[in-house]
Amino acid sequence: MSDLMNVSSSPHVRSKVNTSNLMLMVVIALLPASLFGVYNFGIHALLVILVCVAACVLTEFLYNKGMKKDQTIGDYSAVVTGILLALNMPPAIPLWIPVLGSVFAILVVKQLFGGLGQNFMNPALAGRCFLMISFTGKMTDFTLPSGGFGNVVVDAVTAATPLANVKSGEGTVDVMSMFVGNIQGTIGETSVIAILIGAAFLLFMKVIDLRIPLTYIGSFTVFIAIYSMAARGGLDMNFIAAHLCGGGLMLGAWFMATDYVTTPITKNGQLVYGCLLGIVTAVFRLFGGSAEGVSYAIIFCNLLIPLIERVTIPTALGKGGQKS
Amino acid sequence: MQKNTPAERLYNGIIAENPTFSLMLGMCPTLAVTTSGINGIGMGLTTTVILTASNMLISMLRKVIPDKVRVPAFIVIVASFVTIVQFLLQGFIPSLNAALGIYIPLIVVNCIILGRAESYASKNKVVASIFDGIGMGLGFTLSITILGLIREFIGAGTLFNVDILGGIGYEPVSIFILAPGAFLVLAFLAALQNKFKVGAAKRGIDPSNPTTCGEGCASCGNIMCKGRSGK
Repeated sequence: MSDLMNVSSSPHVRSKVNTSNLMLMVVIALLPASLFGVYNFGIHALLVILVCVAACVLTEFLYNKGMKKDQTIGDYSAVVTGILLALNMPPAIPLWIPVLGSVFAILVVKQLFGGLGQNFMNPALAGRCFLMISFTGKMTDFTLPSGGFGNVVVDAVTAATPLANVKSGEGTVDVMSMFVGNIQGTIGETSVIAILIGAAFLLFMKVIDLRIPLTYIGSFTVFIAIYSMAARGGLDMNFIAAHLCGGGLMLGAWFMATDYVTTPITKNGQLVYGCLLGIVTAVFRLFGGSAEGVSYAIIFCNLLIPLIERVTIPTALGKGGQKS
Repeated sequence: MQKNTPAERLYNGIIAENPTFSLMLGMCPTLAVTTSGINGIGMGLTTTVILTASNMLISMLRKVIPDKVRVPAFIVIVASFVTIVQFLLQGFIPSLNAALGIYIPLIVVNCIILGRAESYASKNKVVASIFDGIGMGLGFTLSITILGLIREFIGAGTLFNVDILGGIGYEPVSIFILAPGAFLVLAFLAALQNKFKVGAAKRGIDPSNPTTCGEGCASCGNIMCKGRSGK
């Protein structure tokens, strides 16, 4: 009876979704890519992932303790940042470099701006770019995959990534192995299949929607196709496919460009953001100094979000006829 | 402390109204040349010499210069001193001249120098203006030297070009001697000095009653003060 008498103000129906279980789903979605990275590059890759996660969580814990703020490590966002940062590391990286990147990502990019929800750019990518600028040599030192939970990769042969081969026009590019992931690259970016499995899970659970990834990949493909027609004399499907499967495009499009905090909140804004990302990435890759451009493209577009939101803000109900 | 005495001017320039961390003036050389401690000292002292000389001359001529053309007049005076100093550097310290490059001629438009000419030297007596120039210059030198030393230490593992950390296998975080490092270190230092200054202001002054400040809002480091926007 008492249930019937229960009177309260709205809302009466509450969603079970909260920050921590959203973040947990992202962690689960990142598992295929992480596992494939460990399978591909050996036990050192696993160490890098664990160290990144531990460093991120510890940094957030200590910052909150030191600043006497409410403890926020329970929302798992630091875990997500740690995994994403680790997936962006080359497999043979000395372990202190990811630690430095994690501290920068959490402390400077996230917590100093007010914690989760206030960071103006993706912490994991900002951490990666910080490391890229500081330790360019070590961050682009890609070892060949050992395959099958193999030996420690420190002794493995280093080689240019397929994407670098595409850019320089040297070496052969096997699109199929790029799709499966049996190539050199950062820990989590190599396998398109593993990333797509995780992305499908996120889509199924309605954690992300298709707006940003599809416009991102779509506008990127269009730009690359136009470039291919203009500069390479015709549609070179192999070239386009290599650009789609190579580098961090898939990881970036599905997992980092869709980060809630650093995307526009308006629906049209998300479309604009996705298109912009595709174009900027393509420009960086085709005309920039290095073969890869996803990280810089995403954090660059993160900075444009307030402007995108300003021009795409929807009209409020009842304000339709008003011209301001 | 009595106003416009030499000691007060020095204290004001170095601590109270430090041009880099309090007034946030002269950001262009501050960010651009502080890749090492030596560059910081060089830039700071060069600016100090020019600032002191131009403050002195502008203060001497403050009754002669017509109000309407004062800014061009200031620029001509500052530019003359910059030219002299640049020739001296080229002649006697060519290495520093090469390291600072374009930022030496750009001292002409350094807002610390024009700012002090406009807000102080053109309204005050010669001796006070000279010490204002010395104080501001030393404040600038001190802050950009600290900035340069921190960036050099983290970004190259050296202090004044003496290798400190290289021996223990330190891997320099080279972003700190590149452009982003300048912004990062400047932000951290400004935040640090704000913490101490605002803390002191809170202890000494009631923020809700800014009339007790005495010196006025311009010289007050308390950004939390409620009276600031209203005044």
